[in-house]
Amino acid sequence: MNQMTDNAVYAGGFSNPPVASAHAFRAAMNAMARPGMVQEITGATPPEGISLAAGSLLLTLCDPETGVFLAPDVDSDALRGWLTFHTGAPIVAAEEADFALGGWDALMPLDRFPIGTAEYPDRSTTLIVEVAGFDAPNATLSGPGIKDTAQIALPDPAACAGNAMLYPLGVDFFFTSGTQVAALPRSTQIRAEA
Amino acid sequence: MSDYNFAYLDEQTKRMIRRAILKGLAVPGYQVPFASREMPMPYGWGTGGVQVSAATLTPEDTFKVIDQGADDTTNAVSIRKFFERTAGVATTEETEKASVIQTRHRIPEAELTEDQILVYQVPIPEPLRFLEPRETETRKMHALQEYGLMHVKLYEDISQHGAIATSYAYPVKVSDRYVMDPSPIPKFDNPKMEMAAIQLFGAGREQRIYAVPPYTSVVSLDFEDYPFEASKADHPCDLCAAEDSYLDEVILDDAGNRMFVCSDTDYCRSRREAGHVGRLGEEAAA
Amino acid sequence: MYVAVKGGERAIDNAHAWLAEERRGDTSVAELSLVQIREQLALAVNRVMAEGSLFDPDLAALAIKQSRGDLIEAIFLIRAYRTTLPRFGYTLPVDTGAMACDRRISATFKDAPGGQVLGPTFDYTHRLLDFKLAAEGEAAEAPTSAPRTEPTPHITEFLQGEDIIEREPMSEAQPGDLTREPMAFPADRSVRLQSLTRGDEGFILGMAYSTQRGYARNHAFVGELRIGTVAVEMEIPELGFAIKIGEVELTECETVNQFKGSKTVPPQFTRGYGLVFGQSERKSIAMALVDRALRWKELGEDNLGAAAQDEEFVLSHSDNIQATGFLEHIKLPHYVDFQSELELVRKLRREAAEAVEQMAAKEAAE
Ligand SMILES: [Zn+2]
Repeated sequence: MNQMTDNAVYAGGFSNPPVASAHAFRAAMNAMARPGMVQEITGATPPEGISLAAGSLLLTLCDPETGVFLAPDVDSDALRGWLTFHTGAPIVAAEEADFALGGWDALMPLDRFPIGTAEYPDRSTTLIVEVAGFDAPNATLSGPGIKDTAQIALPDPAACAGNAMLYPLGVDFFFTSGTQVAALPRSTQIRAEA
Repeated sequence: MSDYNFAYLDEQTKRMIRRAILKGLAVPGYQVPFASREMPMPYGWGTGGVQVSAATLTPEDTFKVIDQGADDTTNAVSIRKFFERTAGVATTEETEKASVIQTRHRIPEAELTEDQILVYQVPIPEPLRFLEPRETETRKMHALQEYGLMHVKLYEDISQHGAIATSYAYPVKVSDRYVMDPSPIPKFDNPKMEMAAIQLFGAGREQRIYAVPPYTSVVSLDFEDYPFEASKADHPCDLCAAEDSYLDEVILDDAGNRMFVCSDTDYCRSRREAGHVGRLGEEAAA
Repeated sequence: MYVAVKGGERAIDNAHAWLAEERRGDTSVAELSLVQIREQLALAVNRVMAEGSLFDPDLAALAIKQSRGDLIEAIFLIRAYRTTLPRFGYTLPVDTGAMACDRRISATFKDAPGGQVLGPTFDYTHRLLDFKLAAEGEAAEAPTSAPRTEPTPHITEFLQGEDIIEREPMSEAQPGDLTREPMAFPADRSVRLQSLTRGDEGFILGMAYSTQRGYARNHAFVGELRIGTVAVEMEIPELGFAIKIGEVELTECETVNQFKGSKTVPPQFTRGYGLVFGQSERKSIAMALVDRALRWKELGEDNLGAAAQDEEFVLSHSDNIQATGFLEHIKLPHYVDFQSELELVRKLRREAAEAVEQMAAKEAAE
């Protein structure tokens, strides 16, 4: 590794890990508890091409005990080095992933990720999906965490609805863009908007 | 602050707990196993709640701890001091001012808001445990949604006593899927569980975390002909005259005279400050 | 007049101060030093290290002093401290075959390479109070001989030659770690062994004893019991080889147990295994017996319904820190729950009385 990549690898971590990760986790928890509601999340500066939100989630949630799958569109030596240095998380195949990072198309097909078992539905992947933004909602959400309904922009509402059909099995999603995050747990009912 | 890490736990432990909390929120009412750590207080004394709070608190939070509804019970004091020392967070006894509330056995009377998090200490997280002691069996029962045994138990109560003889830790069904133990709160509190705040449950010794997101349906199990009833002592509070709060019964003297007072000490205090006076309120104020 | 129970904070502070005073006892008596505890109450130190899952005799001595000799409380202190320690890495498995043995006995062979070494044992002492100790007499010096330099082979290796005992296949599988992953059932043997070695000595002893009395009897012989120190080594990636980072004292017990054989396996001996920090002989033998009892499924034996065969029962109840915490928590206030029970019982009694009255009225009318 040359000097430049070395620096990139070591930089961009949480400046005060206990506090930064507490803040980032609060945002992640609020997102997961309130599907579709966008939260601000910062703290990490991941290698170029990865959103601050996705980087902050990775630093908050990943460590040597969690396998991370990097979809081809985000996979790079720089990201691998950064993730390994800051979290120690092993890079694994989609079929073994606790977390997966990438754009929607690069992450697909969805059915290769663990969805948990009937006795342990928690043994499933959490996908961190990089999206362009949250400005054009195309789906209406209802279910736990949502007072009446919520709106969200989903890359593929039908695929997400299919995931919800597996409940209580299924994967859970974080959608990240810039410094923003929204979540879609498997418990959410999805209606695509015309 | 002390030499320990912020909020005592090391970062890796917090990550493990945080992952469990997120899965718990994604599957409401399902008990997520987590590798509970040994805490500097005994198992059974709130180690699950303490671990969940430690993984949840930020330095900006205002923390409230109640035990039996009261802020000044010894175990509540002990846990509050623990976080004052290890997390340096502000603490309060006022429900409205708290952003994170850790509780043992009660839900505050004041309605909680979207900006609040309620952390429950849970001794036995498995609602089916007293019907079936084996984890391997109860896990299957949850997987298959096989809750008949629970209904049989409740119905046996009815045939024997004419009423459901469960008065606390009364089982609920969450989001129409998982039967969940609400922790040993009186069944009076059950209807409050459909709330705006995030509810997190930590069982340290049993190594389980579960959660109820805001606005999630939480239904107390019952029967059409024997509907669930959120009962309490049929008295007003003797200090603040509240008719809608859960009451503690206090024995006053050798003659067995009693009084009833709000178990939620902050609720009672705020009512008295607002001028409400109960049967013995004047006397107590004197 | 009613005065709410206030002042929890002051009550706690006062209780702590009183406790500290009681812990010290009569100040005209010299205070115990940690080295005195470490050197003279070594078996208590060993138990605290074993069940506390932390090999550090000085910290264990401190915990014993702080806990006023309540060993479960001391174990609790060590466990709570252990939780806060960062994990730098993992050592290589220790090689008990290379143990420098202080004690090594076999109940299955009269003699074997390495010999029978009694070591510092209570076994053949007459349990008579030694009043010389009360007079603080100097201990007599024990005779010594040159230590054995070659390794002491395991007794079971001699049986393995004949294939008359089950083989323990080498495995590269990562052992489980119940301090990192929550216990799930069925638990594999590595997790069971970890749970047993951390488990309460009294509980494991009782479980083992129950197998001897016929609750899933497994006919155990102490094939070998050895106590001594082993080197702890760690692979250092930067160096590319392992270096010795310290030594720990261990007690290892291998039992040789009967096995009738099954459809696919001819009759052969089987094993139970115990390995415990420090000189912890009773614990390691008990552990081996319970380990063997828990192996009924993998050996194709019958479930006799005995407690010691019940993995979920044994592993869920062996941890004394979990057990004591939950047991003692019932002294915490439960008045909210009690109040709800009180109201329920009053209501049920009222309804029952009304029913009786109605019945009586009905009978009188007839
Ligand atoms: Zn009141």
